[in-house]
Amino acid sequence: MDLHIAWFILLGVLLMGYAILDGFDLGVGILFPLVRGDTERRLVLNSIGPLWDGNEVWLVTFGGALFSAFPEAYATVLSGFYLPVILVLLSLVGRAISIEFRGKSQSRFWRGYWDFSFFLSSLVATLVFGVALGNVVGGIALTVQGHYAGRLGDLFQPFALAVGLLAVVGAAMHGALYLQLKVEGPLAQHVRRWAWGAYFAFVGLNIVVAGLALTRVPHLLVNFERWPVVWVMPVLVGLALANISRGLARGRPMGAFLSSCATIAGLTFLAAAALYPNIVVSSSAAPSLDIYRAASSEATLRLMGIIALIGMPLVATYTATVYWVFRGKVKLDEHSY
Amino acid sequence: MDLDLVELSRAQFALTVMFHYLFPPLSIGLGLLMVVMEGLYLRTGNPQYEAMTRFWTRIFAVNFAVGVASGITMEFQFGTNWAAYSRFVGDVFGSALAAEGIFAFFLESGFLAVLVFGWNRVGPRMHFFATTMVFLGSCFSAVWIVIANSWQHTPAGFHLVEHQGVLRAEITDFWAMVFNPSAMHRLGHVMLGAFILGAFFVMSISAWYLLKRRHEDFARRSFLIALTVGALASWGELVSGHSQARAVAHNQPAKLAAFEGHFVTAEQGAEQGTELWVLGWPNVEQQRVDYGIGIPGMLSYLVYDDFDRPLPALDQFPPEDRPPVVVPFVSYHVMVALGMAFIGMTSLALVLWWRGVLFRQRWLLWLFVVAVVGPYIANQTGWVAAEVGRQPWVVYGLLRTSDGVSALVPPEQVLVSLVAFSGVYLALLAVWLYVVNEKIRHGPPEPAAASTSSTGSTSTTGLVAAAAAAGVGRGGHSYTDTADEVAARSSAALAMEDDG
Repeated sequence: MDLHIAWFILLGVLLMGYAILDGFDLGVGILFPLVRGDTERRLVLNSIGPLWDGNEVWLVTFGGALFSAFPEAYATVLSGFYLPVILVLLSLVGRAISIEFRGKSQSRFWRGYWDFSFFLSSLVATLVFGVALGNVVGGIALTVQGHYAGRLGDLFQPFALAVGLLAVVGAAMHGALYLQLKVEGPLAQHVRRWAWGAYFAFVGLNIVVAGLALTRVPHLLVNFERWPVVWVMPVLVGLALANISRGLARGRPMGAFLSSCATIAGLTFLAAAALYPNIVVSSSAAPSLDIYRAASSEATLRLMGIIALIGMPLVATYTATVYWVFRGKVKLDEHSY
Repeated sequence: MDLDLVELSRAQFALTVMFHYLFPPLSIGLGLLMVVMEGLYLRTGNPQYEAMTRFWTRIFAVNFAVGVASGITMEFQFGTNWAAYSRFVGDVFGSALAAEGIFAFFLESGFLAVLVFGWNRVGPRMHFFATTMVFLGSCFSAVWIVIANSWQHTPAGFHLVEHQGVLRAEITDFWAMVFNPSAMHRLGHVMLGAFILGAFFVMSISAWYLLKRRHEDFARRSFLIALTVGALASWGELVSGHSQARAVAHNQPAKLAAFEGHFVTAEQGAEQGTELWVLGWPNVEQQRVDYGIGIPGMLSYLVYDDFDRPLPALDQFPPEDRPPVVVPFVSYHVMVALGMAFIGMTSLALVLWWRGVLFRQRWLLWLFVVAVVGPYIANQTGWVAAEVGRQPWVVYGLLRTSDGVSALVPPEQVLVSLVAFSGVYLALLAVWLYVVNEKIRHGPPEPAAASTSSTGSTSTTGLVAAAAAAGVGRGGHSYTDTADEVAARSSAALAMEDDG
């Protein structure tokens, strides 16, 4: 198999893993202001307590893998989206600190401050991720060398902003569905309401984004015309979405959460299908950065493939172990946040 | 005001990486001590060791979180501010970075969850396994990042290829890249530096408890474990530093000349060895070291085992390839001086321990309380010397720092991000200090058995009973040992302490 394609797929898998896993803890952060009462907030925070850090590693590894496999894309996107990327980095710093430090003092002001910072950093990080993905898929102005030619203001295109909103609402829904697995009692009732609210907003936004994609970003459909079988995926995403409401309505939280994971996986696949074979789509006359232009040497792709083959089963093992150890409802103990 | 993009980008990288490097070495060093402590707990069943592991784990967790948060910034900053560099090295450097993510970060973060939150969810052996894996993960992380960084100093296992009309480095030999000439020297030096920091950190807090007569049994045991590790690592660092300096002399002679303030090469055939400056201040304009105390020929001896063979000085290199001198000289000398101080302090403490009077030396305990800043400074200055000494190259001999920058990012934006990072990191440091201080004030948990020998009033019978209870009555943490065995060990431990 073509190594460039293999790496495109592998990066897609890493991104998918990140979106599914960190998606729910970012979502928990976005929902955080809705949680009332300190015990409730601690329960919610501790539901992601042991997991968020490992979830973020998917992003770090995605970054490293992009750097090594497609350095041109890594350099163009990160330097091109300079201030937004810095904003994400500062948000991720703020988020980690808020989670870690919130419980370290009883003071109301202290906790209130970190609660707000946790919420805001989760919101900003998710929004900027979405907007960035929207821009990469929707197309940005590139120079002939494949560097970013636009300005900061050019990143606020309607399609990209809509994808940003979709990310925020999707994360909120995913987070609420995750919390359903983790909390009990009256809090679970609230969570269920939020899940429904976010669900309807998410379905609506999916329609908006699909509409914008069809009308404003025609190049997204090239691969659909080339391989009509890709049309199966939007249908599957629709089914997974419907299955979320079924799980919610019938009181099957695990089914709803897994359907949400499947939805996110499907949407990531759609984004990748729209991109392929490009990594950064050019909206100017210059050619896009595709998986051949942006790539490292074949030798390095092969080498990194070996590293991934050794590493990914280990990663899957650790992830599974940790999720297994911390399965079930959250209980607060002396080690909790 | 004219903003210089390269200088701003360098300032930001320096700020973010120096801030980041406050945390990982403590994670590595403290991680090692936690493995030792929990290992002792598994072997002896003494609940004090469990209390120790729990306490240091709490501080470890806070430290680790800030390390992760500031580390994410590093992972992406190559792309944001050093796009040309990223394009040039992605094939090589990116690979090491990706390997770090796959092999180190997942291991660390996965088992960190079990280490910090898993006390009541997994058995003691699994918990110990998790602690060990977190430590291993942090070591792997150091391995890959030091390999990547060392490649910038001594590039190997690559060739230059034109890609998209621009030259870039591509791997030809993975293992030659991994074992590039400086990688293993530097890795050893970095790891030992981290162990020294972990040891001095634990000794500082333990010494403070001893001075305040709080948690004395806890503090004594923690101190002695840390002292043992700290002394070994300090002596090891001397050996490692020596071999590393010789490697620098061979690989990056201009850098060693900058470290040592060696401006002018001796005339050929003069049989005049190169001086080693113990103290001094380099005067770049006059090309000499002011206020210097030097040992004639010593540098030649250390590098070549020959007092009379001169080293090449900065004048052997074209002006545009010379590193700055003042910063590498000063930071290098500060690091070396601190390293000697660590050897002195730990050796003295070992002698006093051997003579059984260590914990009566209040002045020395106070010295250890404040000495924790020493390894922090030494770790930082060591890296400053190494990286500033590499200038003007970002990849030694291949790519200049000024050519590696993201040329298209407006300098104003870099200024904005630099100010933002400064503000956030300053606040973060303050909060980190506050939280760690709270944890220290709060103190360690009481060991599962009633407080042991710390007050001296607990009768041996009471202790035995308590320790026995601890051995059998702790649910998830119980052992298959019989109560008697536990009791025997506890009293043996108590007897040993009384000797001290």
